[in-house]
Amino acid sequence: MALLEVDDLTVQFYTEDGVVRAVDGFSYEIERGETFAIVGESGAGKSVASLSLLRLIERPGEIVDGEIRFRGRDVLGFSQDELRQFRGNDAAIAFQNPEAMLDPVYTVGEQIVETMRAHDIATGEAARDRAISLLERVDIADPESAYTDYPHELSGGMAQRAVIATALSCDPDLLILDEPTTGLDVTIQAQLLETLTDLAETFDTAIQLVTHDLGVVADCCDRALVMYAGRAVERAPVEELFYDPSHPYTAGLLASIPRIGDGRDRLPAVPGSPPDLVQVPTGCRFHPRCPYAEDVCATRDPKLVELETGNPVPDGRRPDHASACHEHTGNLEGGLDYEVRIVDDRGNDSTDSSGQDGAVSDGLDGAESDGQTDDETAPDDPETGGDHGERSR
Amino acid sequence: MSIVRYTLRRALTSVPVLIGATALTFGLVHLAPGDPIDVLVGFDHVDPATRASLRAEYNLDRPLWQQYLLWVRDVATLEFGESPITGRDVGPTVAGRLPHTIALGVSAWLLSLAIGIPAGIVAAVDDGGPADEVSRIGALVGIATPNFWLGLVLLFVFGVQLGWVRVTPPDAPLASLEMAWFMVLPTITLATALAAVVTRLMRSSMRRELEREYVRGARARGLRERTVLLKHALRNSLTAVVTVAGLQIALLLDGAVVVEQVFSWPGMGQLLVESISRRDFPVVQAVVLLIAVATIVANLLVDLAYAVIDPRIRHDR
Repeated sequence: MALLEVDDLTVQFYTEDGVVRAVDGFSYEIERGETFAIVGESGAGKSVASLSLLRLIERPGEIVDGEIRFRGRDVLGFSQDELRQFRGNDAAIAFQNPEAMLDPVYTVGEQIVETMRAHDIATGEAARDRAISLLERVDIADPESAYTDYPHELSGGMAQRAVIATALSCDPDLLILDEPTTGLDVTIQAQLLETLTDLAETFDTAIQLVTHDLGVVADCCDRALVMYAGRAVERAPVEELFYDPSHPYTAGLLASIPRIGDGRDRLPAVPGSPPDLVQVPTGCRFHPRCPYAEDVCATRDPKLVELETGNPVPDGRRPDHASACHEHTGNLEGGLDYEVRIVDDRGNDSTDSSGQDGAVSDGLDGAESDGQTDDETAPDDPETGGDHGERSR
Repeated sequence: MSIVRYTLRRALTSVPVLIGATALTFGLVHLAPGDPIDVLVGFDHVDPATRASLRAEYNLDRPLWQQYLLWVRDVATLEFGESPITGRDVGPTVAGRLPHTIALGVSAWLLSLAIGIPAGIVAAVDDGGPADEVSRIGALVGIATPNFWLGLVLLFVFGVQLGWVRVTPPDAPLASLEMAWFMVLPTITLATALAAVVTRLMRSSMRRELEREYVRGARARGLRERTVLLKHALRNSLTAVVTVAGLQIALLLDGAVVVEQVFSWPGMGQLLVESISRRDFPVVQAVVLLIAVATIVANLLVDLAYAVIDPRIRHDR
């Protein structure tokens, strides 16, 4: 049994323009201690997917379908009191905008202590000591003074760390981080990611990390789910996602990562913008932006399937690598015309057509991508650090 | 900035306002038509020499600014002079009335907060539900009811028809049970409109805070709903209510002018009305000045309350 099992999660928002399915039939699992990424453009529904796990969706939104099981317990069936005890204690979240998550009129320390008291973790002097040591653990330079600071007195990076310290205060089994590096400058991002990787190891906490930044995914995640317009389009272990992206949207995201030392002008690798969720495109939601789209893509909605067999995947479970593209059920005539180029640190070049149709052609402006952003965010990832998984079309 | 420095700073900015208030109060009497000497001598014909000596005695022959400074010096030592009408000292006259007005004002103020704040919270949490509707209608009626009318109706129903309370104040000390019983109706009369305003303000302010991200954040941390509402959302909502509630202290003095007439309440409002009709200017001056000072002090307290409630205010400058 996985720590977290999400089955067919569907979340709707009732807006003036119509019903928006921000999350549509999401299934995935997170194992104990694992770092799982949800990747996608803004507006794809990543934050909604995260808030749903703690049932924090408010009017006019609603979880309309699906199941969330945490250590086998049915989260959507919790009573108000069970839910309260679950939040913060079993699963904790750090919002996208950390400063706004804390109440402006209480100090950081007061709010950490308050969280621990709500879950009977610690009180009084013990709570204070624990809060300060947590602030220290998330690498806040002067934890004593951060403890008595009000949220507005912290910088963006410090506020993010303070919120993470608060989230860790009750030893949650699952930590949900919504865009933890957004809005921070690059060096602070790198430090924060390092802190996170450390924390995940020492606390043995599973992390669901929501991001639009594939560099972050390469740096510290085990598995990833790529989200497009409320749907999961690809789910894979991180190396496989980078070396063998099996959905054109994933390939496009990889191609759009900027790279140091690349003098060429880059065009957006995924042209256009995400669809209006009130009126989603027919068939595959990505087809209007997909360079490989054929007639079938506009009429038939591809399911998440196993790459080799084309069999639909059972909810949220293995196989490791699944993708929602007609290519994998043999319905695409032309195939996916892109290839992976892997460049190692010494500049050696090798081409890996990785089971695609393989013909080198320029589907899109010769756009190229990198498995990860370079040195500044990815110092020493054992999996991908040596090489650059690279695609060219 | 520390709370002490913030307090000093705010207190200092009150000084020019105080100077303005005293100048206006002083000028008020001098703008009024007629010669004070006429009032002093009861509009009798007196010879010019007596007039001149009276002028000199009351410093009325000096330039206006000197008269102002002399008056300020007297006022600062709580020396308000004597009333030309009653011949009594103004200071004790006003001071004798003050406790009645304070007692009525404070109880009305507390009652309005005791009703308005909880009603506003309930309405905000219930957003659009039956409790919200009831409080909305109640507040509308409360704001629309003129206090002199409400006072008369209450007196008529409970005093005349039912005979539960006296129509005029009992001959008893202020701090007595009879007096407290009599004060119920004037307190309700004075508190109604303010309670209605506080309710609406509390509701909208709380509603706005409940939409904020930190409220969702507090729930995400697994805090009890009571804590989320009463510790987090409420404290953030209070700044708006504190502003109005603080400034209402001054408005309560105005309201007292009317309500004290209706209930024959021997407070400052009644004194003010009597003194104006008798052209008893030193008394008018003293009462108006007192109301002005009360307003300034209320403002200062409001600003201090802000700083206590919201740390961003005391850090901001």
